[in-house]
Amino acid sequence: MSDASNTNRDDLFRGARASRRQAWGVVALLVAALLLWLVFAQWPDWLDAILISKKAFLSAILNGLTLAGLYFLVASGFTLVFGLMRNVNLAHGSLYLLGAYVGYEVADRTGFWLLGVAAGFVIMAVIGLVMQVVVFRRLEGDDLRQTLVTIGISIVAADLMLAVWGGTTYQILVPEWLTGAIKLPVITAYRSNGAAVYLVYPYYRLVVLAIAVVIGIGLWLMLNRTRIGMMIRAGVDDRDMLAASGKNVHLVFAAVFAIGAGLAGFAGVVGGSALSVAPGEDVRYLLASLVVVIVGGMGSVTGAAIGALIIGLAEQIGLVYFPTYGVVITFVIMVVTLSVRPQGIMGKSL
Amino acid sequence: MSMTRRTMLALAVATGLTAPAISIAQAESMKIGVLATFEGAFTVLGEDSERGALTAVQEFGGKAGGNDIEIIRGSSDASPDSAVRAARKLVEQDGVKILVGPLSGDEGIAVKEYAKTQPDVTFLNGSSAAQDTTFRDPAENFFRFSTDGAQWMAGLGTYAYNDKGYKTVATVAEDYSFPYTQVFGFMAEFCKAGGKVPSKSWVPIGNKDYSSVIAAIPDDVDAIYVALGGADAVNFLSQYQQAGGQAPLIGGSITVDQTVLTAKGRLHDILVGTPAAGPTADTNDSPEWKAFVEAYKKQDGAFPSPSLFAHAYYVNMKAALLALDEVKGDLSDGGKKFREVLSNLSFETPTGKVSLDKNRNAIADMFLTEVSEAADGTLLNKLIKVTPQVNQTLGIDEADFRALGKVSRDNPSCP
Repeated sequence: MSDASNTNRDDLFRGARASRRQAWGVVALLVAALLLWLVFAQWPDWLDAILISKKAFLSAILNGLTLAGLYFLVASGFTLVFGLMRNVNLAHGSLYLLGAYVGYEVADRTGFWLLGVAAGFVIMAVIGLVMQVVVFRRLEGDDLRQTLVTIGISIVAADLMLAVWGGTTYQILVPEWLTGAIKLPVITAYRSNGAAVYLVYPYYRLVVLAIAVVIGIGLWLMLNRTRIGMMIRAGVDDRDMLAASGKNVHLVFAAVFAIGAGLAGFAGVVGGSALSVAPGEDVRYLLASLVVVIVGGMGSVTGAAIGALIIGLAEQIGLVYFPTYGVVITFVIMVVTLSVRPQGIMGKSL
Repeated sequence: MSMTRRTMLALAVATGLTAPAISIAQAESMKIGVLATFEGAFTVLGEDSERGALTAVQEFGGKAGGNDIEIIRGSSDASPDSAVRAARKLVEQDGVKILVGPLSGDEGIAVKEYAKTQPDVTFLNGSSAAQDTTFRDPAENFFRFSTDGAQWMAGLGTYAYNDKGYKTVATVAEDYSFPYTQVFGFMAEFCKAGGKVPSKSWVPIGNKDYSSVIAAIPDDVDAIYVALGGADAVNFLSQYQQAGGQAPLIGGSITVDQTVLTAKGRLHDILVGTPAAGPTADTNDSPEWKAFVEAYKKQDGAFPSPSLFAHAYYVNMKAALLALDEVKGDLSDGGKKFREVLSNLSFETPTGKVSLDKNRNAIADMFLTEVSEAADGTLLNKLIKVTPQVNQTLGIDEADFRALGKVSRDNPSCP
């Protein structure tokens, strides 16, 4: 009797779970269908009236995606460092800006943009390594002091950069083969003579998005498929246990810090080419990566990707549809995340 | 060893502490605060404004009313609260009795409000150009010898409609008081001439990514009026070019200023031929302007031609120094006499005669310009036309002008 009722209840649960999963599947399908329709159908007038125009809407979505790519590049290093060392590196934005300036100088002098990108990554990785060895290793285990030191470094770095490069806005020139706009196979409108108007989008921005996706997959593979990735994940979960099992934690720390700093520098050059380089960028990207990481979950690369996607899209859509309150949206998302799921979307509960 | 080291350290600290005291005791100096944006998106602008202020100080040989001038810098980041914080520091800690600044529109309104709480301190505007800094609810001790953003637009709207033949224009501008004032000034003429403005985009200051904004601009406008400053302008322009933008541009005063024209990048092609208006023109060939350019170029890191920020800080600083000479450096009455002199001051600037109206806002000449390329490849604002002695109500009767209402996102409107 009791057995029967148990199996019955299990079945019931299983049934409920299955139908719930099915329901989510249906919702996902509907959303996908809606998106496809939004992209490919010719919009009726009432939709144009609500969303300004198909061109504006699709551009906002694409821009949101490319901005998310940029945010992801910056935030992934930030989140790795935090996850492993519990060290909130508030000088991360300075690494971004310095990387951008270094990239500008190298690209400008050699005439090769790719060389600038490489220099941005390598030099920032080295600087990150030096910071880890010279500063953070001395203060190990003292999280608050480490954080305060990074604030100090960021302030000093900002003024030094202002002294060297001045307040002028720099634009890193991308090579010819990356410039220009391309026609996407999406029709946004028909002219009165019946000719189709296609969505035109800057080529370089699509490249930024592709780079971010490739690096994201690379990071994921490194973390989940390699030995050092295994050590990093073990370190995120329990630093002391990893050290006790005979691994050289300092080596892991240094490697992670170098990768994180290098990615920030890399993002600086890539972002400085898409947008521009000027004083104040350091704080902006620091703030962006803080929000991204808080929303996505501290210490998780997947979380950084999800957070970057949400924040990037929210920022761009906000900019077009509610320009006045656009800035607020980002922080509303952060506040909601903090109150509903304080550890972030992919974060482990503390 | 450690003992001597510690003693040395103590000595060094003691010297450091006493040294400033000695220098203060030495000379009776006149402290003047210069408040500008030395941080944030408007850093370039702030740096150039300081060059302008220093040009005026050097013109007076570093002395005013017989005393040596001591310049104390205050730094803000274009946000009103940072400007008030910097102003408080200058007034309440450094004890300046004269303050020149701030640079940006919202900062001006905030500092004007702060000025009301410090009646013994005299505030001269830097380059902030929001209308309501002086027009509505002004402060008795806040003077603006550098005109406002609507005045700067004199002649542009008519020129765009009649000479350029633009019938519909979309606007893109930052979302705060100064661009509201600029758009107001442009539309006041443009709409009166018969033009239409179907779309206005307001973007937050310091925005980086304009591509979505660019995509939302209607395809069928004749031109785009852009009132963005510093890094914002550079970002917009380069992304507009990347997106393959076709419509010609019309520039706000600070959009095609030297601070933007000298930026490093591919702005060249889309900027040449852009009409704009403002308080200065790079190719002005009056001897006064040329002398000013020469004096300005002696400053460190100067642009090929002074930006309007350098010009505005120069004019305001010069007004302060002229008035200080007049009262022989005597501010002992809480600056009352000094302010009286300022109110009645009228003097020749590099851009013509400047005098104040009853709200202590300047009446001055305005310049209609067009971006052109100099022989050496640098970009310059070529002078097209001078509109003489523009006042704050743009020549409209004051009561009628007031009835037009406060500038805002939605005022004026002519879709």
